Amino acid sequence: MSTAKSARTTDKAEKSSGRSAWWARYKDSLRYALYVISHPFDGFWDLTHEHRGTLAAANTFLILFLITRVLKLLCTSFQFISSPIQHINVFEEMGSLLLPFLILCLANWAMTTLFDGKGRFIDIYIAMCYALVPYILIQLPMILISNMLTFEEGSLYTVMLSISVIWSAFLVFVGLMEIHDYSPGKTFIFIIVTIVGAAVIIFLILVFFSLLSDAVGFFVSLYREASYRLN
Amino acid sequence: MMMKKTISFLIVLAMLLSVGTALADDSFNTNKDGYSTSYTYGYDYWGDVQESPDAYRVKTVLDSVSLGLDVRISKPQSLYVRDNDLYIVDTLNNRIIQVQYKNDEYTVTRIIDHVTGGNPETFNNPYDVFVDPEGSIYVADFNNNRIVMMDKDLNFLKEFTKPTDATFDQSIDFLPRKIVVDVAGRVYALVTNVNKGIVKYETDTSFTGFIGATPVSVSMVDYIWKKYFMTQAQRDASASFVPTEYENIFIDKDGFIYATITNFSEYDLKSDAAKPIRRLNGLGNDILVKNDRYPPIGDLWWMEGDSTYFGPSKMTDVTVFDNDIYVVLDRVRGRLFGYDEQGVMLWAFGTRGNIEGAFTSAVSIEHMGADLFVLDQLENSVTVFTPTEYGNIIYDAIQKYQEGEYDDSADIWRAVLKQNANYPMAFRGIGRTVFRQNDYESALEYFKMAHDRENYGRVFKLYRKQWIEKNIGWIFAGLAVILLVPLIIGRVKRMKWEVIMHEHSKVRKND
Repeated sequence: MSTAKSARTTDKAEKSSGRSAWWARYKDSLRYALYVISHPFDGFWDLTHEHRGTLAAANTFLILFLITRVLKLLCTSFQFISSPIQHINVFEEMGSLLLPFLILCLANWAMTTLFDGKGRFIDIYIAMCYALVPYILIQLPMILISNMLTFEEGSLYTVMLSISVIWSAFLVFVGLMEIHDYSPGKTFIFIIVTIVGAAVIIFLILVFFSLLSDAVGFFVSLYREASYRLN
Repeated sequence: MMMKKTISFLIVLAMLLSVGTALADDSFNTNKDGYSTSYTYGYDYWGDVQESPDAYRVKTVLDSVSLGLDVRISKPQSLYVRDNDLYIVDTLNNRIIQVQYKNDEYTVTRIIDHVTGGNPETFNNPYDVFVDPEGSIYVADFNNNRIVMMDKDLNFLKEFTKPTDATFDQSIDFLPRKIVVDVAGRVYALVTNVNKGIVKYETDTSFTGFIGATPVSVSMVDYIWKKYFMTQAQRDASASFVPTEYENIFIDKDGFIYATITNFSEYDLKSDAAKPIRRLNGLGNDILVKNDRYPPIGDLWWMEGDSTYFGPSKMTDVTVFDNDIYVVLDRVRGRLFGYDEQGVMLWAFGTRGNIEGAFTSAVSIEHMGADLFVLDQLENSVTVFTPTEYGNIIYDAIQKYQEGEYDDSADIWRAVLKQNANYPMAFRGIGRTVFRQNDYESALEYFKMAHDRENYGRVFKLYRKQWIEKNIGWIFAGLAVILLVPLIIGRVKRMKWEVIMHEHSKVRKND
């Protein structure tokens, strides 16, 4: 009786300690993003090779990125972005970013794994999500700041936006270089190869869906024909 | 576990793809053939069609029967209005019908079918007419290869014929199609098969050159492709880079010539490279004001293709009011587009068909006051439009604003908004006025509704200054709190720590 009770309590304690450990690791990996964006060469190496990054943190950044994108379209002052709010579908906007992101990660993994890239798919995914951090850190406050600027001060807004994009692009480059242990030239070539690969994947998906719809159409018409004959 | 993940991934993928394929049609309130679902409409900031109350309604239709003509009008080509007289150029009958508007009735006062003392005395397919303030009549006598000028009693004064100048191609016939005359009596003519611009004559009938030749625009890619990659045979077969001919001209009260062009690439329209409507100064440069998001090109949305019904608007004629509002006539869909002096579309209406207010083949437009006349060359009729209350208050508001009576104009714009809440100009008009009254907050609201970024920015700058001045105390208080709170917390923590250490040392001593 008493042993069972004590066993249960230790179990609980272990669980809670496990949870708090996970939480601590998650928080640590979130904070590590700041190190990654300021020291990309060191940061990306340790991110995957030393397991300083977590999948949970990566997911958080990706979701924040999507939210930033949507908020940017909806809440930026109309002086700088003219998005037709009445035509915007939030899920469509998110999907149109999420899908290419995932396909590019997949294409990169598929290509680099053939040419002795060291990164696994999960590594590429985590690194790419961490590379989005400058975009989030700059653009999220800029949404608020844009509502305090006038049309004439728009250059400040555009400069900040370009900084965030260039920074993120640089991080993507360095990130791919570090996780695959490639030289800069090879990384550059493989970025182009990745884009081609992504195009191939999209093509295959489209072919698959059109064939699928043809196949479904065939069976539907077969069923119709049969039901006419039987009646 | 892995299986489940894969399935959920695939489901998400399928959902995303289905979302992507179900992209909405980007044109609203428009039928599939590009015709609006309502007779009168406008375009909002996004280029979507917005239905609108009617700005004009048909007052009457003038045709051979209602004018009491024995010989039926046949393929008329042009209209002209001077004061209260409407001139209809009845081309195939070689005559010009003068119709007077008096006591709300249109009556034929004269049929101009000859020029006393001319050589020949009759016309052969006249295409256009112009009447100067003294009553002298100019006729573009197409197949007689002349522009003839006569006094108000139809006595021959002078004629303008084919220039003997070397710059004019002597191998072609001189076929004057459209004419305008400025206050000094200089004649400007559009001549068929001449693409060097508008032919200009001095008062003494001497030819003084061309003005406003449309510059040839060739893209770099086209040029390189044509020059280095085409064979001679291909080059001969393809269209050469030549300037285009004007379709029609109109001279406004200040002596500026408005010209329209229908020969352009439809992909050049929205970037404003095509410039289908132009206002030419004395040097022939286009000085049309374009301060709206879209250049004045008529319809912003059309079915691609170059058929009779599809494709972009082709402006076959233009007429300009005294307050610089101009109305263009689209022959493709039989529509009229009104623009103010800033190039902002006021309204658009019209359609194809043979009912009242629709056109089969519209060729010419003129105005008498705010009334509009549209000539249909296949129906052989003139449709007279008169502004509705809605149309009139729009004109009133613009007029009041031009006269500087801003408060009045805002009141009228409010009346416009009551009839049409989708009217960006009204929001801008009210915004300007409340801004002048230093009501920044509502000015911001109105400029936002009108999507007027420049004015919004201007107001916002002042509003922001005012706001900061008003709330400077709170801002400093907020800053102080942000700076002081961590300081105090740090101090408190240290004190606590010191107390604990002190207790510890006491405990240790007691041991």
